[in-house]
Amino acid sequence: MSQLPDVPLDGLYGDAIMDHYRNPRRRSPLPNADIESHELNPFCGDEITLRMKLGADGRVEAVSSVSQGCSIIQASASMMAELMTGQMLSALKERSQKFRSMMRGESLAEDDLKGLGDLLALLVVRRYPVRIKCALLPWLALEEGIEKMASDGVRLYPKNEGI
Amino acid sequence: MTTTSGTFDVARIREDFPLLKQTVNGKPLVYLDNAATSQKPQSMIDALVRYYTTENSNVHRGVHTLSQLATDDYEAARTKVRKFINAAEDHELIYVRGTTEGINLVAQTFGRQNIGQGDEIIISTMEHHSNIVPWQILCEEKGAQLKVVPINDSGELLIDEYEKLLSPRTKLVSIVHQSNALGTINPMEAIIEMAHSRGVPVLVDGAQSIPHMTIDVQKMGCDFFVFSGHKLFGPTGIGILYGKAEYLNAMPPYQAGGEMIRSVSFEKTTYNVLPHKFEAGTPNIAGAIGLGAAIDYLNDLGMERINTYEKELLDYGTDCLSRIEGLKIIGTAKEKGGILSFVLGDIHPHDIGTILDTQGIAIRTGHHCAQPVMQRFGIPATARASLAFYNTKAEIDSLVEGIDRVLEVFS
Ligand SMILES: Cc1ncc(COP(=O)(O)O)c(C=O)c1O
Repeated sequence: MSQLPDVPLDGLYGDAIMDHYRNPRRRSPLPNADIESHELNPFCGDEITLRMKLGADGRVEAVSSVSQGCSIIQASASMMAELMTGQMLSALKERSQKFRSMMRGESLAEDDLKGLGDLLALLVVRRYPVRIKCALLPWLALEEGIEKMASDGVRLYPKNEGI
Repeated sequence: MTTTSGTFDVARIREDFPLLKQTVNGKPLVYLDNAATSQKPQSMIDALVRYYTTENSNVHRGVHTLSQLATDDYEAARTKVRKFINAAEDHELIYVRGTTEGINLVAQTFGRQNIGQGDEIIISTMEHHSNIVPWQILCEEKGAQLKVVPINDSGELLIDEYEKLLSPRTKLVSIVHQSNALGTINPMEAIIEMAHSRGVPVLVDGAQSIPHMTIDVQKMGCDFFVFSGHKLFGPTGIGILYGKAEYLNAMPPYQAGGEMIRSVSFEKTTYNVLPHKFEAGTPNIAGAIGLGAAIDYLNDLGMERINTYEKELLDYGTDCLSRIEGLKIIGTAKEKGGILSFVLGDIHPHDIGTILDTQGIAIRTGHHCAQPVMQRFGIPATARASLAFYNTKAEIDSLVEGIDRVLEVFS
């Protein structure tokens, strides 16, 4: 019957998540961003607005991630923002897909797990199925932003890597 | 632990509800989500089992013995409902799937027949989405307008504003009896009288009131009253639309098919009499019988005693929760049922719900299908504990301890 460990909350409100929740990174709205995307979960009011500015080389130069809602969306939004700077959109898209499959319960290769860094702390959310969508919402905003960029003809990949 | 209140022996009563005995996440279940759906007494579960084990057959169709038994029980349940809400006639009670279907039925039949371009329907800010959206769709189709009665900061309907909204264009008033998000109990008799003095019929959404108080539709004076069986300790998939015969008779059928016709030929079909006109197809026979059994159970306990006990429980809960620093109760109407909706500092209700769940405490978090209420109070969501007669003060104490734990985690 019980799907949860006897130890209450087993890490759901652990240090990494609470740190990002209490001290969210990249939270001041970025002025003159190249792209803005927004996601809302009408069921609980969770909300995120993501803004990105790209450098001449196509890498993310600056980002702001402003979220409202529960601890999980806020921590996820903060962790995501923290790892975006300096990345190509193609790499972020790949990471987002890896993260989503991890949250869906698929097992990932050792290397992929390492690449997720702090995000591994969100693994615990898998034990709380109704909360998984809270963790995913920021990433939906990221993927939507990347889509918008792609449809605007923005280069997603570094030079010489081809498309 | 005191579970005996006067003659209301809650410890005894809890024995009737098998589900309440279980543990969740290693803790005794504290079920405080009764406004979403209620738990079921063993006698109701037994009625379902008995029906399927010994009587299962179709109603109103066969001449064989089982069909006769099933028909008798199905119709006996209708009579039980009639007595329970003091309707005048059995045929004024239509079996539907629940409150939602009952309201949609009225919107699609009475509404489409009587509401036209420029007409107005009055609802309130505290309606459940199921008493908003069917009217919006109708208004859009007909070019009619939805008028919304505002509420004050306690979550009480502004009756003066309501009276101002009533106009010669008003064709229907549809108001919730007890709000699921706030607990407010609306003064239905006054609301209905004001509408009737202008010849306007009134639909009452009774989903949240009927499990907690005596309902007398004739005394209340409503023209329609809808509720769901599953919130009344009965099965899911069954509910009741009560309508005054004069309205039901004048309304066109809702769904078409078997049972609702008197005779069919390719030239002309004549419709069956009430209530069958609105009960096309094989109905939820077991559901109706289960609903009847739930009503038997409630009659044995007595709705007045239930109401008195729940008031005491609500007062206790209100008092306990009010003492928690940073906790704000949303919905503080003077006339209120057993709903404790609250926000806790800036801790999101989802986090509250998850932490309480790890302690076996089931509450609801979110907008409770009443987004306009959330907008009115400028919040995205609340945490909501909703009471039933089988809840105890000890369970409220557990809730308080649970909230303390939430505060600890977020301190
Ligand atoms: C006030 C109110 N109206 C209508 C409904 C809809 O009931 P159902 O989902 O059983 O049709 C509910 C259920 O939450 C309710 O609380």
